[in-house]
Amino acid sequence: MTYLSITQNDRSITLHSINHWNIYHLKAIDKELSELLKKINNRSIVWDVSGIESFDSAGVILFRQYYHTFQQKHTVEIIGYNDKQKRMYKLLELHSKNSTITIKTPNIFHRIGKATLKSLEGGKELLEFLGQTTMAFGQSLLSPSKIRFKEISYYIHISGINALPIVALTAFLVGLVIAYQSAVQLAKFGADIFIVDMIGISITRELAPMITAIVIAGRSGSSYTAQIGAMKITQEINAMKTMGFDPYYFLVLPRIFALIVAMPLLIFFADIVGIFGGMVVANLELGISFEQFIHRLQSALSPTHYLIGILKAPFFAVIIAIISTYRGFQVSSNTQSIGYYTTKSVVNSIFFVIVCDALFSIFFTGLGI
Amino acid sequence: MSVVSMRNIVTSFGEKVIHDGINLTIEAGEIYGILGESGAGKTLLIQEMIMLLQPTSGEIEVLGYNLNTITYQEAQALRQKWGILFQFGALYSSLNVAQNIAIAISEYTQTPQKLINQIVATKLNMVGLSPDVASLYPAQLSGGMIKRVALARALAMDPKLLFLDEPTSGLDPIGARDFDKLIVELRNLLDITIVIITHDLDSIFSIIDRFSILADKKVVAQGTLKEVLATQHPFIERFFKNDYVLGRYVHKDSPKPTPHHL
Repeated sequence: MTYLSITQNDRSITLHSINHWNIYHLKAIDKELSELLKKINNRSIVWDVSGIESFDSAGVILFRQYYHTFQQKHTVEIIGYNDKQKRMYKLLELHSKNSTITIKTPNIFHRIGKATLKSLEGGKELLEFLGQTTMAFGQSLLSPSKIRFKEISYYIHISGINALPIVALTAFLVGLVIAYQSAVQLAKFGADIFIVDMIGISITRELAPMITAIVIAGRSGSSYTAQIGAMKITQEINAMKTMGFDPYYFLVLPRIFALIVAMPLLIFFADIVGIFGGMVVANLELGISFEQFIHRLQSALSPTHYLIGILKAPFFAVIIAIISTYRGFQVSSNTQSIGYYTTKSVVNSIFFVIVCDALFSIFFTGLGI
Repeated sequence: MSVVSMRNIVTSFGEKVIHDGINLTIEAGEIYGILGESGAGKTLLIQEMIMLLQPTSGEIEVLGYNLNTITYQEAQALRQKWGILFQFGALYSSLNVAQNIAIAISEYTQTPQKLINQIVATKLNMVGLSPDVASLYPAQLSGGMIKRVALARALAMDPKLLFLDEPTSGLDPIGARDFDKLIVELRNLLDITIVIITHDLDSIFSIIDRFSILADKKVVAQGTLKEVLATQHPFIERFFKNDYVLGRYVHKDSPKPTPHHL
């Protein structure tokens, strides 16, 4: 489709605009006009726009652009316009005076500097957050009436009780997998019964706490970050501050307390289900009956292992709750940052849970427990 | 020719009935107002016109398409013919101002970037913003600026039909009047039909050609200002026949504001 038909002689060139001069055709029109630009050669231009079937503001903007380009070197006469086209042109002329936008794209130094400042700022914010949370925590312990028990029970329900099925399933499967792997090895030595020691100690001491923490970080940590982030975007947090509801008492502490309460219970639950998973495999693969298994477990599994597992719970709980609420408060006012900080929250939580677990291992090995 | 027509629209959520038999017709080229108390379902009515919400029963026709029988392709074509200014702007927060305005152009057409920039600059100018804001993100804008950018985005493709949900709320009075002027100018130049939800008395008395009043789940009055004022209804009594409105707009000594026509 062409948008210009041209009649020309030695001294002048006449452009007849035809067809639709609207946004869907701009690319082709632009191409035709820019090609024409090379062929004018010092002739005067007559531009007849009477043949245009339809036009819109984008078409007129393009027209205006070329009109001005032509005018720089040639004499241009526009003919055949109607009143509507004229008024549209005038309106757009009025609004197109300084009609270029510049999108600033920062260079590499700008970006490095900005990222550095941002991470320094983030460190400062983290310190402030930790300080405020510790203050609020201490004051809550001194005057327990400040503790929001209703919120705490709500979060225990949401993050603890509702997580039981997924914790159970994961723990059961992990118990199953460990038991299968060790059953094959132990059977080679005829040391079948030691599967009980293997399962009992590894589940209670390491695996159940770790699995539970990872599930909770993914499940509740992410939701804490997203909730608080969304509240920040909708200015709910500002509203709370102005009404005197300290976000640390209303949003942060209830989540921390709730996880501190829920986590040990979830780990205890995961212990039972994980050992049960191992028990099933021991029965199917090695023919150890449930009675034998439990009998052996009583002598093989000393309470220390179980207690060490439970002891990790409050540490993991605090790590997950603090990181996820802190990341929630970092959300700035656009929707993308919710996704960004939720990802960060989960990744950081899992990472620091593993770091913490490693420290415990070193510590307890050093103590010889 | 009617651009939007709604016949016997019923909207209900469970037991709660919002619209109970709404009928209205919007003609080509007019600025049509929808007025009513908070909670009367004005925004819902617009959402039904723009296919965000399916009415419980009834028929809607927009630009010749029956929304009950519209195909996916037709719906996509229809969506390029209208522009919508949401009540709170609804700008894409991850895109900057220029990208927000240009998004429909760059998605649906092959317009070169240089020209897109020029179109964006012109639209920004039209809504009274300087081209400097182009690289800002919605989070960096004030409420009034968000409204203006949202209008520029709604106008980007030269729509045939423009829906404005409370366009002047949150603007200063001077800005609001400029906005009104711009709307009339655009209607006159671009043959746009404009559907507008507003509580702004200045807008109602100066730019709106015809409007309908939503109350008691129905359209209780429809027509020009004069026709509506002649209708008896408690909402009309309360909204228009109070001392403030009578003194300021109706019995004014200076020339009465009349709807701007072509």
